[in-house]
Amino acid sequence: MAQTKKDMLVDPLVDNNPITLQVLGICSALAVTSSLQVAFVMTLAVTFVTAFSSMFISILRNQIPSSIRIIVQMVIIASLVILVDQVLKAYAFEISKTLSVFVGLIITNCIVMGRAEAFAMSNPPVASFIDGLGNGMGYGLILMLVGVVRELFGSGSLFGITILETVNNGGWYVPNGMLLLPPSAFFVIGLLIWAFRTWKPNQAEEREYKIQNVEAH
Amino acid sequence: MEGLISLAVKAIFVENLALSFFLGMCTFIAVSKKISTALGLGISVMLVQAITVPTNNLLLTYLLKPGALAWAGFPDVDLTFLGLISYIGVIAAMVQILEMILDKYFPPLYNALGVFLPLITVNCAILGGSLFMVERDYNFAEATTYGLSSGFGWALAITAMAGVREKLKYSDVPDGLQGLGITFITAGLMAMAFMSFSGVKL
Repeated sequence: MAQTKKDMLVDPLVDNNPITLQVLGICSALAVTSSLQVAFVMTLAVTFVTAFSSMFISILRNQIPSSIRIIVQMVIIASLVILVDQVLKAYAFEISKTLSVFVGLIITNCIVMGRAEAFAMSNPPVASFIDGLGNGMGYGLILMLVGVVRELFGSGSLFGITILETVNNGGWYVPNGMLLLPPSAFFVIGLLIWAFRTWKPNQAEEREYKIQNVEAH
Repeated sequence: MEGLISLAVKAIFVENLALSFFLGMCTFIAVSKKISTALGLGISVMLVQAITVPTNNLLLTYLLKPGALAWAGFPDVDLTFLGLISYIGVIAAMVQILEMILDKYFPPLYNALGVFLPLITVNCAILGGSLFMVERDYNFAEATTYGLSSGFGWALAITAMAGVREKLKYSDVPDGLQGLGITFITAGLMAMAFMSFSGVKL
């Protein structure tokens, strides 16, 4: 194994981020980021599910016949998600209401399936666990960044604590309501990807067509 | 009947699965490079959605809801916590069955859609549709309408997106924004356009 454990944990944060580079698990990244608290809970839930599903699938990897592996993976993932869902309903009911269907949608979150398929099926349990943890955190990093931008500029607070006093409450900050609406999440992630790729130019995609300078006749 | 039509319009435009709930985004971004493939995927999603949402509705009403097992002599049993695992099971099974039926009776359609069908099991738009059906407590007629129209809305969105991207590849985009970045921003603009339907009531 060429990679050390630390690399496996840190690599998915920036260099091989599941959202900005592998384009996995975008659905929930966009929908739950209008407030930081919700984004944080979602991060925990996804990291938990990814790490443990990778570990269990890796433990069972030699027993799973390859023709039905997708359905076996689904069952493992769905059981973990049910666990998370029930815990959230019991201890954080308000947040589970806000997350509504998105907790259930962790099942079809491509990060979980993607890691199970690409890594856990061919690696030992501990390595798979760390890989799942790292990818969950890479996903969480983007989620938190987007959440900070949207909550701070959209409603002037972080984690529900007022940072920028808004005009409605007698302060000076005029909140940008658009950031609380769904489309803004696309813009924030688009710009974030731009920032990441300017920082790490080797992640940029080749263009399909180039504009060529034709010499004048 | 009027209620159903208004539900359909709402599901297609106002609450478009792709552009206002961001469901099925992974495939939405990955498979929207060409109009023909996007259309193929869109139609498959619509088909699967129209079958699975009503099926899951029946499953919920007759097996999972509190008191739903009264017909079998267990009026106190509440199985709603098994919901997630049953819905995904139904979806996986339906996709498999659909694939076999198409292969046997409609080979041309199967060849056209073949690649996309297995992908649909893990498409969050499908599971999302079923979960919204549960959350909003639709009855069977509403669930059928919702399944069909939300699938149509998704197909509409991905086809439109593919149209934009086919033109977009000729434009001069900054290096870091090339590909994924500009796709996100385009999707954002489309979502804003779809939001203008939000005042529409029938």
